[in-house]
Amino acid sequence: MSGGSPIKVDGWNPGEDVIEVTRTPPPGPARSAWRTFVETLRGLGTTFGRFHETPTTVQYPEEKTPVYPRFRGRHKLHRFEDTGLEKCVGCSLCAAACPADCIRVVAAENDDEHRVSAGERYAAVYEINLSRCIFCGYCEIACPFDAITMGHEYELSDYDRTDLIFTKEMLLAEPLERAPLRNEGE
Amino acid sequence: MIAVVGYYEPVWIQILKSIVIFAVGLQLVPVVLLAERKLLGRFQSRYGPNRVGPFGALQPLADILKLLTKEQFRPSTSIGFLFTIAPIISIVTAVMALAIIPFGNVQNILGTDVGLYGIDVSIGPLYLFAMSGIAFYGIMLGGWSSGSKYSFLGAMRGAAQLISYEVSQGLALVGVIITAQTLSLTGIVEAQKGMWYFIPQVVGFLIFLVASFAETNRAPFDLTEADAELVGGYNTEFGGGRFASYYFAEYLNVIVVSGIVTTVFLGGWLLPFGIEPPGWVDPFVVLGKMALFTFLFIWVRATLPRLRYDQLMSFGWKVLLPLATLNALVTAIVVTVTH
Repeated sequence: MSGGSPIKVDGWNPGEDVIEVTRTPPPGPARSAWRTFVETLRGLGTTFGRFHETPTTVQYPEEKTPVYPRFRGRHKLHRFEDTGLEKCVGCSLCAAACPADCIRVVAAENDDEHRVSAGERYAAVYEINLSRCIFCGYCEIACPFDAITMGHEYELSDYDRTDLIFTKEMLLAEPLERAPLRNEGE
Repeated sequence: MIAVVGYYEPVWIQILKSIVIFAVGLQLVPVVLLAERKLLGRFQSRYGPNRVGPFGALQPLADILKLLTKEQFRPSTSIGFLFTIAPIISIVTAVMALAIIPFGNVQNILGTDVGLYGIDVSIGPLYLFAMSGIAFYGIMLGGWSSGSKYSFLGAMRGAAQLISYEVSQGLALVGVIITAQTLSLTGIVEAQKGMWYFIPQVVGFLIFLVASFAETNRAPFDLTEADAELVGGYNTEFGGGRFASYYFAEYLNVIVVSGIVTTVFLGGWLLPFGIEPPGWVDPFVVLGKMALFTFLFIWVRATLPRLRYDQLMSFGWKVLLPLATLNALVTAIVVTVTH
């Protein structure tokens, strides 16, 4: 707060909000030359200091950044652990909730000799088109039986678009856990 | 061992020598290229290329193979003849400038006296400036004949930059030439026995170094390329082998300038404290000192941001040129008084 008063504009008093900036006069030629020289050396020192540091690069295909437990990756379908029956009853609520419209469910009736799910009906066809999926996780929220959850898998690229349509068998199969999970507090 | 200034060997040895020097120069470029990319990586807290071959050692080979197998593309607005010849001018002048760098004294190899340099011209520095003067045509014609405005701007910048900095570079060397009283590069090295010129000629050394950065179009003076604003400047429209030629010439210029600085200011093949190693060590001493300067080039590139065009101009004309003139003048007075 040195010298001068804030500029007064009619009808508007900025009061305490005005920050005054006092500019020093530009340095003379000798001083600016010296400053340039010293600052250049300081910059060179800074870059040289990076030299002994270990690079922060993550060597991707070999090393992977761990994902958080809540990370939304490729979907998984689940079975009951005791009976081995599918949790999905083919209600299509996930398909209804899906904003990208990438889930296709065709339900069928269970019969006694051929029981697939625990409920009355089961999903005869359950397909997720992962090339359309936006990984929002609404299907997971919509599911009343926790049959579908989002996994941690994110390496989903493929050579063909049709290969990205995941069928029920693929979603039910235990996926290769290739993405490391981030530990507590990491 | 006294250097034989202006010594010439039989013709067949000269031809053999030129082949050896060209081969060595050709091998040095990929090494510098890789060193630059690796060191830049470390300066920026990353690894640099490390996928091709052990520790990325084959990266330059992969780069060059990629460039050479690419299609030779030419914009329809370009002037074909000049477009083809411009990269050749760049690369030829760079290789020719390499010829005068002395890697060692005249030595007896298998009964023949051989000077470990391409040619010991009696007008060493002038030859160098002639070559860098012609090299500028490589950049200017390349940029101009591309028929692209970015290339044109880069070429024009290159022209202005070269004119501003070559003067200071030459004047910085005048001090050394006055002190050594010879224009032969081997003679200049011999004259540095006892004291390397970067101590008495420290101002000239610094000016020459700064001007060399501008001369080789490297950061912080890479306005001709200026990838951020000019997309690549004079070489925007070049691809494949032609681009590779420009790239090659750039790194060869770094090597040549390192060699000149080593020769003129750092005592060439001489070692400090009166150590006199056998003759075959000389080239390695020179190469070691050159590596030092190449490292400096890379280090500076990793540190300093690119200058604005007007800053570059005012720095060249208002700071470097008066300083270089003053340096030459003071040296002349001191030499006249003490002799």
